[in-house]
Amino acid sequence: MASRSAAAAFSPFALSAARRLVGLNMRKCSSKLATQQPPKPKRSPFRPEAVTHDWIGPPNPLSNLRPVVYFVPEDESELQRRLRRLRQETEDWNHEFWTQQNISFNKGKDSFISSQLSEKGLSLRDENGRRRTLGSEDMAVFYKSFLDTNRTRHSDYNKEWYRRNFLITLLMGRVALKASWRSITERCRKTRADDK
Amino acid sequence: MYKTPCSRLSGLIGVSVKQKLVQNVPECKQTARSLIQLHKRDPSNWLTYQHLNFLKRQYVAKNSSELHQRAVPKPAPTQTIVDERDVGVERRVQRIPAIAPVVADTVPQSEDITSQARPAISPSEPDTDDAPAQKDSASSGSATSGEPPHIHVETDEAKEARLDRQWKLLKVDVAELPDVYAKLAKIKLTALVVTSAAAGFAMAPVPFDPLIFFVASLGTCLASCTANSINQYFEVPFDSNMNRTKNRPLVRGQISPLHAVSFALACGVPGIALLSLAVNPLTGFLGALNIFLYTCCYTPLKRLSIANTWVGAVVGAIPPVMGWTAATGCLEPGALLMGGFLYCWQFPHFNALSWNLREDYSRGGYRMMSVTHPGMCKRVALRHSLGLVGLAALAPALDVTTWTFPVVSLPINLYISYLAFRFYRRGDRDSARKLFFCSLWHLPMLLLLALTCKKPRREQELEAGLVAPPTASPPLALQS
Repeated sequence: MASRSAAAAFSPFALSAARRLVGLNMRKCSSKLATQQPPKPKRSPFRPEAVTHDWIGPPNPLSNLRPVVYFVPEDESELQRRLRRLRQETEDWNHEFWTQQNISFNKGKDSFISSQLSEKGLSLRDENGRRRTLGSEDMAVFYKSFLDTNRTRHSDYNKEWYRRNFLITLLMGRVALKASWRSITERCRKTRADDK
Repeated sequence: MYKTPCSRLSGLIGVSVKQKLVQNVPECKQTARSLIQLHKRDPSNWLTYQHLNFLKRQYVAKNSSELHQRAVPKPAPTQTIVDERDVGVERRVQRIPAIAPVVADTVPQSEDITSQARPAISPSEPDTDDAPAQKDSASSGSATSGEPPHIHVETDEAKEARLDRQWKLLKVDVAELPDVYAKLAKIKLTALVVTSAAAGFAMAPVPFDPLIFFVASLGTCLASCTANSINQYFEVPFDSNMNRTKNRPLVRGQISPLHAVSFALACGVPGIALLSLAVNPLTGFLGALNIFLYTCCYTPLKRLSIANTWVGAVVGAIPPVMGWTAATGCLEPGALLMGGFLYCWQFPHFNALSWNLREDYSRGGYRMMSVTHPGMCKRVALRHSLGLVGLAALAPALDVTTWTFPVVSLPINLYISYLAFRFYRRGDRDSARKLFFCSLWHLPMLLLLALTCKKPRREQELEAGLVAPPTASPPLALQS
């Protein structure tokens, strides 16, 4: 039991032999398959089931952040649960922030471009049907205003992100230490039992 | 036969061989592998015979065998790719042999029924119709009409399979670790930092001690690795949103944040200890100061104020000072001059770089001069490029180099100033790029020239009156 949780805690550290994921390598060489975990059994669309480790996915098109599917071991300790919850929360909070950021940036940019173009009396698309773009000096006005309007929002996000990041790392450290301590003591106990 | 050097020929041969392979898969495992390897070597081969329509029907995706090639006609270049981010990242994220990335191309064309692995965007994305590959549509039109139901079943699975492949285990792959560490430590930047420290060391007017030189370089390298790792650890969500940085190891989840911090500590503690104990405490202090400035001042400041560029310039200026103090053990004007070169150089370098990244910086919330004060950005770059000329002239006055140095370095300093002036006047992408690339070779050249024009120690000692001049010839003759 401890070994499994140790494995989970060590998932960042897991020093397995160099085995590539099947999907990466396209060639389902049987020898490789046998030594890997079976391909994900049942899952909801596009989200694998975490059997032994967490999974990290492709970047979300809105927030550009990668979602993680967390592995929940059966003997998850309080600390591990806290860590997993914090990571999940932070991931959701980050996703929220960046989605909003990207959306508002793109909307602001489009409205700025169209307002500038209409001021100049130009249409949105030129003769070839391509969208008109503004020069870098003009766009710089928008970029600066975007940064200025969002200044407090950004600095609040920064502080919160630094705090969460630090806390997550601290918890990870504690979990890892606990797991290694447990595995060491178990090993000692086992050798003592064997000696007897 | 499979190793023919002629790439086109091998392509056509490959196709005919594939037909045979399809029939005799169990017997041809070895040949399949060599074929795949051959294709791996020349990914551009796909272009040559992919456009030959009649060959398309022979492409097979055999799910049950090792011949797992999923060939797709190369998409027309003018398509709007909806899942571009997905696609692009998948290509970069997965180190699939060259054949496989073709799968990731979102070809929204309905004619790709022959390939079972086609992730069909066509049913769901009507807006990609505006870029059909006209030459392909004619031939496959007939084929399409015959098998619509077949497509949907296949393609949903295929799309799911493709998206599944983009999920990776959050587990450390030991084989990848060296590469991951290199990226985490920004090894190329570290190499430049060590070079500048080595230049500072070499310019110091003391006998060259190779052991101390090596130890100082190693210590600087480790300190730089630490600083870069912590920087990446702090900036994960920002890096994910910028094109330049979205493939960093922490963003991709190749290692955990704890692992990155442990790596940083494992580099930093020995590095600073090495510098403080094996070299001298001043150098160790400067190394620690630099790490602190970079991680705790520059990195947070990037999002708060444009002053980050000046702090960053100081961070860049400290390594040559460290090199000098490693050699001499004390902070001298010469050390500050070497630092000054790096400090002035940073501005044209960074301002030009950041000029073309303004949109990314703005969206990511970074406050850079190029975004908020574009005029100042260009002025500062120009000012500091001209400052380089002034500093070069100062070098002989401080006894760091002979008078030949300002003369010899004038051409390259004038050139970078000219490019900075062009950038100042035009302020467009092209002039910014030119300035940036110039700065990349300008600095090593400058340091090399300084090294070649370094003031010989004998002269310095003579001038300081430390050594009695030889009685036969007057001291002046030695200075020629």
